[in-house]
Amino acid sequence: MSAREQILQRLRQRQGQPLTAPPCDFSVMEQRDWSEAEKLDRFERTLESVHGEVHRVSRGQWLDRLAEVLTTRGTRNLLAPINHWIGSALREAQRDDLPPLLAYDRPIDGWKPELFNQVDASITSTRGGIAETGSLILWPTVDEPRLMSLVPPVHVAVLEASQLYTTFLEAMRAQDWAAGMPTNALLISGPSKTADIEQTLAYGVHGPKELIVLVIEDDPV
Amino acid sequence: MSQSPHHIDVREFHHRAQAAIDSPKIRRNFRKAMDGLISKRKTAFEDWDLDTLRTLGANIRLKALAQLPDLLVQLEQQLIANGVKVHWANDSEEACHLVRDICLRRQAKRVIKGKSMVSEEMELNHYLEEHGIEALESDLGEYIVQLAEETPSHIIMPAIHKNTEEISDLMHDRTGTERSNDVEYLTASARQQLREKFMQADVGISGVNFAVAETGTLCLVENEGNGRLTTTVPSCHIAVTGIEKVVTSLEDVAPLLALLTRSATGQHITTYFNMISSPRRAEELDGPEEVHLVLVDNGRSSIYQDDELLDTLRCIRCGACMNHCPVYTRVGGHAYGTTYPGPIGKILMPHLLGLDETRHLPTASSLCGACGEVCPVRIPIPDLLVRLRQESVDGDHLHPARVRGHGSKRSAMEALAWKGWRWMHTSAGRYRFGTGIATRLRALQPQHLGAWTRYRSAPRLAPKSLHELVRERQTSRGGKSS
Ligand code: SF4
Repeated sequence: MSAREQILQRLRQRQGQPLTAPPCDFSVMEQRDWSEAEKLDRFERTLESVHGEVHRVSRGQWLDRLAEVLTTRGTRNLLAPINHWIGSALREAQRDDLPPLLAYDRPIDGWKPELFNQVDASITSTRGGIAETGSLILWPTVDEPRLMSLVPPVHVAVLEASQLYTTFLEAMRAQDWAAGMPTNALLISGPSKTADIEQTLAYGVHGPKELIVLVIEDDPV
Repeated sequence: MSQSPHHIDVREFHHRAQAAIDSPKIRRNFRKAMDGLISKRKTAFEDWDLDTLRTLGANIRLKALAQLPDLLVQLEQQLIANGVKVHWANDSEEACHLVRDICLRRQAKRVIKGKSMVSEEMELNHYLEEHGIEALESDLGEYIVQLAEETPSHIIMPAIHKNTEEISDLMHDRTGTERSNDVEYLTASARQQLREKFMQADVGISGVNFAVAETGTLCLVENEGNGRLTTTVPSCHIAVTGIEKVVTSLEDVAPLLALLTRSATGQHITTYFNMISSPRRAEELDGPEEVHLVLVDNGRSSIYQDDELLDTLRCIRCGACMNHCPVYTRVGGHAYGTTYPGPIGKILMPHLLGLDETRHLPTASSLCGACGEVCPVRIPIPDLLVRLRQESVDGDHLHPARVRGHGSKRSAMEALAWKGWRWMHTSAGRYRFGTGIATRLRALQPQHLGAWTRYRSAPRLAPKSLHELVRERQTSRGGKSS
C-alpha cells in the first residue's frame, strides 16, 4: 500500500465520534463600512506605518511625481512593463528627468546576475489595494513577472484609488479569485523587512528596501 | 550542518531548564522579546471583535479537520490539475527520501530554504547534507541559527535567544563580516551573502502556512522576501507541509491570515502573502519549472483518532502561546529540546516522539491558562496538558490510551499514595480521624519535602482541622444553626 493510501486509510477509519463541520459565520469580517475617502486614508496610514511611501497623484501628474521620486534617489535605471499602459506612457514621455528604461523581455534564466545586481528600481501595476491592512494586490503576468516586484531595491507600484477594497475578503470576493487562481498571487504590504536580530527592524533584507505607491485618484478620461 | 535534535535527550528537560534559569542573558533576551510581542499583539487586535474572530478561526479549522481525508484528495486533484506534483510521506524519513529523490533526479547540489518548521521536524538539512546536498537557510533568523549550528528557539523568531552582539560575533567568525552592533549593516551583509546563493541554488524548499483545497493554492506568510525568492528563483520548488494544513476554501484563508499575523508578531499583515498555484506556465518568464508538494503525516493521523487530542491539529503555528507562557519566557526555547517548544510543543511533541521520551513536557506548566486564552484557534491547551499528564501516568483508565508511551511516568509508589488518599477521603469517619491525627502530630512534620521545599517553605499544618474549628464556633454560638 502506498503512503498515500495508508495515510488516507488511517484518516478515513478514524476512531471516536463522527466529526461534523461547524457553521462558519464570516460576519465579523464584514463589519467595516468605510467610505472611499476613509479607505484611502486607512490604506495610506497603515502602509506608512510599516515604512511604505504613499503619494496621491492625479492621472496628469503621476509621471512628474515618479521622476521626482526616482531623481532624489539617484536611480540609474527603471525596469518597466512592456505592454501595460504604464510602460507605454513611460516610453512615450521621452523625458530626460526619467532614468533609462529596462525591459523584462526574456526568461530569467538568461539574465539572473544582471537583474540581481544591476537594476536599481522597478515599476509595476497592481490589481487593487486593501485599506484595512495597507496591502497591494499583485498578480504577476508575462508582462510583469514575479521577480520584478521583488529583486530591485526600489519597487514603485501604481494603484488606482477606485480599486481600493476594505478587506482581503472583500477583494477576493469582488474579483472572484476562487474561479481561477494565477500561477502566483501576492499581497505586498511594505518593503521587505526583518526583526530577526534582537527585534530590531531592518529593511530590504531580501526584497526591496523601499516600496513607493503612486495612488491615482481620478478616474481615467 | 544544523544540529540534529536527535542528539538532544528530551528527558533532560529539567537540567536544561535549570541552566537557562541560571543564565541572566537567556532570561533577559527572552523576557525582552516576549514583552514586546505581547504588547504588539494586543494593539493589533484593538479594533477587532477578537473573541468572535477566534471562534471563526476555530470553526474554520474544525471544518477542515472534519473533512480532512476528502480535502487532502481534493487538494491533490487541484494541484495536479494546476501542474504541481504531490507526494505523501508517512513519517520524516519517507519525507526526507522524497525530497532527496527529487534533488537527485534534478542533479541538484545546492538547496536554498525558506522557513519551514516541518523541515525542522524532519531534520531535513542534516539529512541532505549527509547525502552531499548543501541545504542553506535563507530566513535571516534561520540563517543565524544555522551558522551557530543550533536549532530554532522559537517557531516564528528562530534566533530570539541571541542578542545583537552574539550575532555580530557569530557572523564575524563564520562569514568574515566586521564586528558591529549596527543591525542594518549585519542585515545588509546577510542579504549580499544570500543573494549569491539564491542565484546558484538548484532547488528551493519552503513550508506552507495554508493549503487551499478549493483552488490548489499554497499560501506562504513572510516579511523578508526570502520565501518569495526561494519559491521563484530556483528552477524547482519543493514545498513540505503537515497534512493538517489544508483549508476548505480560499475565503477561509482571510480570517486565518488576520489571526495568524496579529497573534504572531502583532502585524496587521506580513509584508508578503505569497499564493502559489502552479509552476511556471509556457509563456511566463520566471518561476520554477517544477513545483512539488510533500504532504507529511508524522504522527498527525494518530492525533486525529482522538476526539479531544484532535484539537492539537487546529494549530496555525502563530507562536502566541509561547510568547505568553510564563514557563517558556523563563526557560527559553532550547530547554524543551524539541522542534516545537512552549505550550504547542508540549501538546504536539508527545505524539511525535512518544510520551516516554517527552513525559516531562506536559508537567512543565503551571496551568495558568494564558496559552489557551490567546490561542487564535481556541485550542484548549491547558485541558490537553492535563489529558497528557493523565496519559503519562495511566492512559487506559479514563480514556482509551491513545498516545505512544502512555503510562511511562507511572510509579507504583505514587499510585499507592493516591489510592490511600482516596481511601481516606471517601469516608467521613476516616477523614475526620485522619485529620485529627495529623493536626495532633503536627510537631513531627518534616521541614523538607523533597523538590517542593527546594524553592518554597513547607506548608504548616494547622493546630486544628477546619471541621473542628467549625464545630467549636457553632458550640460557642450556642447550638447548631440549620
Ligand atoms: S497552539 Fe494556538 S497559540 Fe500556539 S502556536 Fe498554535 S495556534 Fe498559535
